[in-house]
Amino acid sequence: MTMPPQAHPAAQPPQQQGWNGAPGPYASPIPVRTPGLGDAIASEWTKIRSVRSTMWTLGVMIVLLIGVGLLTAFAVSVSDAPMDETPVLSLGFFGVLLGSICVITLGVLTIASEYGTGMIRTTLTACPSRARILFAKSIVFFLLAFTITTVTTGIVGVLQTAMLDGATPDTGFWVRSTVGIGLYVATLGLLSLALGAIIRHSAGAITIMIALVLLPLVLAMFMFSPTLARVQQALFEYSIPNQLGAMYDVSVTASGPTGWEPLFIILGVTAVAMGGALLSLDRRDV
Amino acid sequence: MIELDGLTKRFGNKVAVDHLSCRVRPGMVTGFLGPNGAGKSTTMRMMLDLDNPTSGSVRIDGRHYRDLQEPLKHIGALLDAKSMHGGRSAYNNLLCLAQSNRIPTSRVSQVLDTVGLTAVAKKKSKGFSLGMGQRLGIAAALLGDPEILMFDEPVNGLDPEGIHWIRNLMKTLASEGRTIFVSSHLMSEMALTADHLIVIGQGKLLADTSMADFIHENSRSYVRMRSPEQERLRDLLHAEGIVAVESGNGTLEIDGEAPERLGELAGRHGIVLHELSAQRASLEEAFMQMTAGSVEYHAHSDRDGAEPPPVGPHWGEQWNQQQSGGAAGDRAKEV
Repeated sequence: MTMPPQAHPAAQPPQQQGWNGAPGPYASPIPVRTPGLGDAIASEWTKIRSVRSTMWTLGVMIVLLIGVGLLTAFAVSVSDAPMDETPVLSLGFFGVLLGSICVITLGVLTIASEYGTGMIRTTLTACPSRARILFAKSIVFFLLAFTITTVTTGIVGVLQTAMLDGATPDTGFWVRSTVGIGLYVATLGLLSLALGAIIRHSAGAITIMIALVLLPLVLAMFMFSPTLARVQQALFEYSIPNQLGAMYDVSVTASGPTGWEPLFIILGVTAVAMGGALLSLDRRDV
Repeated sequence: MIELDGLTKRFGNKVAVDHLSCRVRPGMVTGFLGPNGAGKSTTMRMMLDLDNPTSGSVRIDGRHYRDLQEPLKHIGALLDAKSMHGGRSAYNNLLCLAQSNRIPTSRVSQVLDTVGLTAVAKKKSKGFSLGMGQRLGIAAALLGDPEILMFDEPVNGLDPEGIHWIRNLMKTLASEGRTIFVSSHLMSEMALTADHLIVIGQGKLLADTSMADFIHENSRSYVRMRSPEQERLRDLLHAEGIVAVESGNGTLEIDGEAPERLGELAGRHGIVLHELSAQRASLEEAFMQMTAGSVEYHAHSDRDGAEPPPVGPHWGEQWNQQQSGGAAGDRAKEV
C-alpha cells in the first residue's frame, strides 16, 4: 500500500468509540471533497467516450445522415423532378429516420449495457443516488446526441441547398430542420435511455424502441376496415416517422401535429418515461 | 464499522436473510462465512444498498448507505470480478469511478500499481483473466482509500500467488485500522486470514465470535489408537475409566487423554499398537458441523445414504460419514 499506516483517534466519530483493543479507525490522507452532479456528469462522460459502441453508433449515424442526405439530393437533381412543392431541407428526412435507430441504440446501451456487464453495481456503489446517476447519464447522452445530430443535419442541409436550386428556406425552417430535429432525435434517444433503465436488457429495449418507431405505421397500413379508420388515422398521424416528417413539413397526413408540435409530444412522453425509470431505479433491487 | 440491525430479505416465500444483527468492527479482518446459498452475497448487496431489505437496516459509520456523500471514501467493495464494463480499459473503468467521487485522478494510477496492473492499464478489461479481473475489482475497492473494505469471495479463481497476495493485503489493510469484511465458504481460508468470524446458514446468524474462540471451542483434539488386540485394549481403557469411542476400521478415539499416558498404559500391559496418534479436528469439520442443518444445497452421496448428517452428533460419528477434502483428520482406512 502507498498509504502509511496511521490512526487518528482524534478524528474518531463518537459512534465508533467504545471499541477497545482495536486500533483507531483508518483515516485516509486523501482530501474529502463532496461530489455533486457535475462529478457524476464527468464520470458519465468518461464512460460514454471510452466504449466502442458510442463511436460505432454515432459514426454510423453520421454516415447515414450525410450519405442518405446526399444520395437523395443527387437523385432529385438528376431526375429533374420539380421541387417547388417540397422544401429542399426536407430531403434530410430519410437519413434522419435511419440515423435515429443509431441514437435509439446508443440511448439504450448507455444504461442497459451497465446491467449487462454488471458495471451498474459498481456505478451505484460509487454513487448511491439513483436520481443523480439517471440525470448525469441523460444530460451527457442528450448533449452528445443533440450536438451530433444538429451539426450533421446542418451540414447535410447546407450541401443539399447547394446541390439543388429550390426556394431558399427561411430561418425558421432552418432552425427547425437542424436544432429542432436534433432536439427531437436526442429526446427520442432519451426515451430509449429511460426504457433501457426500466427493461435493463439491451436487445429487449432496442427491439421495443424500434417497434415503437415502426409498428404504428406498419399497423396503420394494414387497417383496411372502415371501422378502424379513426385508429388508422391516429396511428399515421402520431407515428414517429410521420411526426419527424411533420417537423420537415412533409407529413404523410394532412392533419396531425405540425411544426414544433412533435417535439413537445415526445418531450411529454419522455418525461413520463423518465419518471418511470427513476421509480424503477429507486425501488428495484439491482 | 458496519452495523446490521434485524436485516431481513425475502424473495417471494424464500427467506434469504433472516433477522441478521451483527457488527463488523474496525482494525480486524472479519470473516463472513456460510455455505453456498446462505445469504452472504445478498447481505453484502444490502450493505451496499443494491438490494432493498424487506426489513431491518444497515448502517455504515452510523449512516445509511444512500446518505453517504462520497461512498467510495467510506467503503470499497469487491462484489465479483465481472462488475466492470469489458469494453473499457482498466484505467478508464477506474477513472469514471474516481471522477464520480471527486477522487484525484492520480489515485487511479496508484491503485493500479498497488494491484500490479500498471502494465495492462490501457487494455480492455474483457481480455483479463479471472485473477486480473479480481485485481481490477480490488483496485476499484481501494480507489477511495476507504475505511471499510468488503470482499465477496476474493480468492475465487486466483492462483496460489494471488491468494497469498490477497491474504497479505487484507492483513495489511486491517493493521492500518480499517474494517475488513470478507466472505467465503471456505473455513480453511478464513482460518488463515480472519480475526473475527460471523457465520450464517440459511440467512440466520449461527455464530459471531472471535477466531481464537472459535478454534478453541470447535477444534477438538483427541487421540487415535489402533491395535490388533482391540478387545483387550478396550477392556483396559474401560478399566482405567477412559472413554474410548469405536470409530470403525478398528480404531478407537479417546478424548481428553494425553497420547503419552495411553501409550505407557498399553505398553505396561503388553498390548501391541499399530497406531497411536494425536489428532486435531479441522476447522472445516467444525464449520460443517455448525452449518450441517442449514446447508442450502446438499450433495447426496450414494455411499452413506441420502440424509445429511444431523446436527451435533458425536464428533467421531461425523468423521467417517463426511468426506471432506483437505481436512486434517487424515483417515487410515485401508490397512
